Amino acid sequence: MKGRGLNIALGLYVGLIFIFVFAPIIFSLIFSFNSQRFPTIPLGEFSTEWYVKIFNDEDVWKAVRNSVIVSTSTAVLATILGFCTAYTDFRYNFRFKGPYLALILLPPTIPLIIMALAMLAWLSRIGMSGQLWSIILAHSVLTAPFAMAIIRLRLHQMDPDLEAAAWNLGGTEWQAMRHVIVPFCAPAIVSALCLTAAVSFDEFAVAWFVSGLNKTVPIVILEIVQGNIDPTVNAIGTFVFLTSMTLVVLAQLIFISRQLKSHS
Amino acid sequence: MKAPRKFDVYALTWRLPIILWQLLFFVGPVVFMIVISFFVVKNYRMTEAFEFVNWERMLTRGYFWDSYWYTLLIASLSATIAMLVAFPAAWALAFRASEAQRRWAVFLLIIPFFTSYLVRTFSWYVILAESGVLNAMLGHIGLGPFKMLNTHFGTIIGYLTLTLPLAVILQTVTMANIDKTLVEAARNLGCKPLATIWRVVLPLSKTGFIVAALFCFILAFGDFVAPFYLGGSQEPTLPILILDTTKSGQQWPRAAVVAIMMMATLFAIAFTAIVLAYRKPKGAKA
Repeated sequence: MKGRGLNIALGLYVGLIFIFVFAPIIFSLIFSFNSQRFPTIPLGEFSTEWYVKIFNDEDVWKAVRNSVIVSTSTAVLATILGFCTAYTDFRYNFRFKGPYLALILLPPTIPLIIMALAMLAWLSRIGMSGQLWSIILAHSVLTAPFAMAIIRLRLHQMDPDLEAAAWNLGGTEWQAMRHVIVPFCAPAIVSALCLTAAVSFDEFAVAWFVSGLNKTVPIVILEIVQGNIDPTVNAIGTFVFLTSMTLVVLAQLIFISRQLKSHS
Repeated sequence: MKAPRKFDVYALTWRLPIILWQLLFFVGPVVFMIVISFFVVKNYRMTEAFEFVNWERMLTRGYFWDSYWYTLLIASLSATIAMLVAFPAAWALAFRASEAQRRWAVFLLIIPFFTSYLVRTFSWYVILAESGVLNAMLGHIGLGPFKMLNTHFGTIIGYLTLTLPLAVILQTVTMANIDKTLVEAARNLGCKPLATIWRVVLPLSKTGFIVAALFCFILAFGDFVAPFYLGGSQEPTLPILILDTTKSGQQWPRAAVVAIMMMATLFAIAFTAIVLAYRKPKGAKA
């Protein structure tokens, strides 16, 4: 085969794709330590100016606190929702199971800007908008499908007889849940917590619409970006990248990548 | 399995709260959005009504349709580009890379998909600017500067940031799951490499590819960040229209009309795509 030349060309091509995908992340990191007001190459001096600036910005700290509250609460809620649906889908067959699953799986297929408007209108109507927990409610619906998918994959690996065995040994359904199913799903549950937290931490459209005056980190970024070029965004951005990348990498290491291994 | 009981408290505990939650915070908002499209705004306040003024007002305006067709066109274009650009890489990862390399590639590509799209877009803004990184690099080899921000090109780069990793992942997984012996058989029977891709690999990957293209389209169609910051919103897309109408004008009912039109379009396209994806090819057995 004249495979070698082709292999090299394809390898370079894959490399280019990776450069395209990771360039924005890497440049954001580089420019966060760059002294120039308008970052370009050749680079200016090494500087921690932008980090000092955001470190002393009270609004940023408030936003970080809000973001942490929102993403952890969302993760817990969404994972509970995801677990219940995954378990129901795993164990039961019933009429309207299709619509039931659609009810939880559909939200991510609707553009966020539409969900943002719909959530804003509805939550204001029922008097639940403009609060920090408004974001949590909305995000739980948006992120639950990810948790559902991960936990469902894990349940797929479980022998259904395992639960029945627990009943036969005299356990109640609740005991079987507590001692068999939940421990079996533990890695998937942790993975789902990380992934939903990451998605919630980065979501800006819905959060921006329903949050009122409670800003999360992405909303602060959105507001800075709307003004003018401001390199502090790179410093906040690097912090955001590190946080969500850590969560996604953890989610993958704990569960998702093991899935890929055992399935392919 | 235990005999089903009439009132299975255990089963309902896992089911009912979720149904209520989703009705309240998913179905509620979407249905209410349809309802408010018939409300009217008086003195900056939304009042209950059942009138078609918002529909009439939006659907008879040229700027709405300009925006509608532009969004449809640029989202389709970017989905096509994403699929085409992704293909050689996905093909290499599926057929040429080792199992471990493929796992690494997918592992790495999942990360940006879940990582702040907003900051990545801003980073592109800096890279693509008139005196930005890319133009500075091109300047060294005597090219440019090119105007890349506030153009359709900028918008598409933004969309690709969102969709390209996904397209590569979905295409790779789809093609990696093809039965390799079929591909080898075609080659052994004298089928040329490109013909093998066209007549064996692609037909076998049809479902996965259509779903991938559909996701790329949905993501681009609904995104306001790329056309706003990189495209300069000179030609406002539908999401920008929703944003402006909601945020500055307080015209929620009119924004709802735009949103409903978007959803209807998405449903029509998704439905068509899924029918195409699962239709059996002519003459093939199940």
